[in-house]
Amino acid sequence: MTETLPDTSTAAHEYPSPRAAGCPFDPPPALRALQAERPVSRVRIWDGSTAWLVTRHDQMRALLGDPRISADATRPGYPHSSPGTQASSRVRRTFLVMDDPEHARLRRMVTAPFAIRKVEALRPAVQRTTDDLIDALLAGPKPADLVEAFALPLPSLVICALLGVPYEDHDLFQRNTRVIVSRSATPEEVVTAQQALTEYLDDLLTVKRAHPADDLLSRLAAERVNTGELTRREAAQMGVLLLSAGHETTANMIALGTLALLENPDQLALLRDAEDPKVVAGAVEELLRYLTIVHSGRRRVALEDIEIGGEVIRAGDGIIVAGDIANRDPEAFPDPDRLDLTRDARRHVAFGFGVHQCLGQPLARVELQVVYSTLYHRIPTLQLAADVDGLPFKHDGLIYGVHELPVTW
Amino acid sequence: MRVEVDQPRCVASGQCVLAAPEVFDQDDDGIVEMLADHPEPDQHDGVREAVAICPAAAIRLVRE
Repeated sequence: MTETLPDTSTAAHEYPSPRAAGCPFDPPPALRALQAERPVSRVRIWDGSTAWLVTRHDQMRALLGDPRISADATRPGYPHSSPGTQASSRVRRTFLVMDDPEHARLRRMVTAPFAIRKVEALRPAVQRTTDDLIDALLAGPKPADLVEAFALPLPSLVICALLGVPYEDHDLFQRNTRVIVSRSATPEEVVTAQQALTEYLDDLLTVKRAHPADDLLSRLAAERVNTGELTRREAAQMGVLLLSAGHETTANMIALGTLALLENPDQLALLRDAEDPKVVAGAVEELLRYLTIVHSGRRRVALEDIEIGGEVIRAGDGIIVAGDIANRDPEAFPDPDRLDLTRDARRHVAFGFGVHQCLGQPLARVELQVVYSTLYHRIPTLQLAADVDGLPFKHDGLIYGVHELPVTW
Repeated sequence: MRVEVDQPRCVASGQCVLAAPEVFDQDDDGIVEMLADHPEPDQHDGVREAVAICPAAAIRLVRE
């Protein structure tokens, strides 16, 4: 296989660029070249505009922690990920694309259930759900699609219980979320999916106001909407964000993580035989680093001139921070392309960095720790029932993964 | 070693609690709370890790 590396001396390469054939877990070769030769450089995105691409681990952390950048998607110069995300930013505003102090005010309304103590209390329920799904998988026909039978239902069931969303509606929210995270969906498709989810959550909040239960949506309705702190629409959009982000990301980590482990049997054996929860927790961090499923770059815009990596990012310039290649930075992680479950990977940036770092990360950690320590232990003969190169990878997704994962045992 | 936390900056990622559970806790909203502002020497590594992984730079070490 021959690869043509880009000439990094000229301005504005296309972003994103494709992964190399046969390397489904590795970031695109073009990003490697940029990280080595010009870690802060201009790239051209889908709409023809240019933005700064940041590829080093230390620069990513410095920049995402810098108050001179904005996450406000309505600012001129903001480099949208796709036509769909651009269109959706006009109709939907969540704290994900706002700056402090408004961002902090809204985010803090929903942090409580994700505190470590609260998610630890969910661990037994996550374990039961995991075991039930594995029981059903083993009782069903083989080969089976691990995504549909396990990876997608597990986090969906967990986030549904936390938010107070009826799981029987999973087809509706999973289907619309798939559209929202697809880079190739049209603006109309994305906006329609967004509206369908917002209306669904709005209806649900109305039910919760009348019949409160012990869940996050009920608390949002009672403590924020009824008090006038949030409009119904804001609360519904917040619900959409939590519901979508709460299942799609973890589902991809479960399926893609399983594939990566099946392709690295020595590492799979290490995890399967692990009895120390610390070993499992460390393995989760390494899989988060190695896979970095948020592979489309985190988007920002500069509020002031910022000097970084020998370049000057001007006020108003768009910025894309590429966590997938930052997590393969040899300066931060020796031998970065090796999946090594025993390394200390805690400084990875798979959840982002700065004030927008993933809100649900404690829950994701508990889910992944339970899943990875249970699935291969209970199905030690788990194997792929398809050719790796023929698998449908989510190359066009804002979040990476596999659409399906045929397995047998 | 003395540790200071800046609660208004905290974004409730919970990582300090995972890195040094004897030193950091969270309130009902997930915001950082100190359990020990003068941690024992065997907790210093955990505290340094917490400082490094805090996404919001809400933890500071003060030399005394």
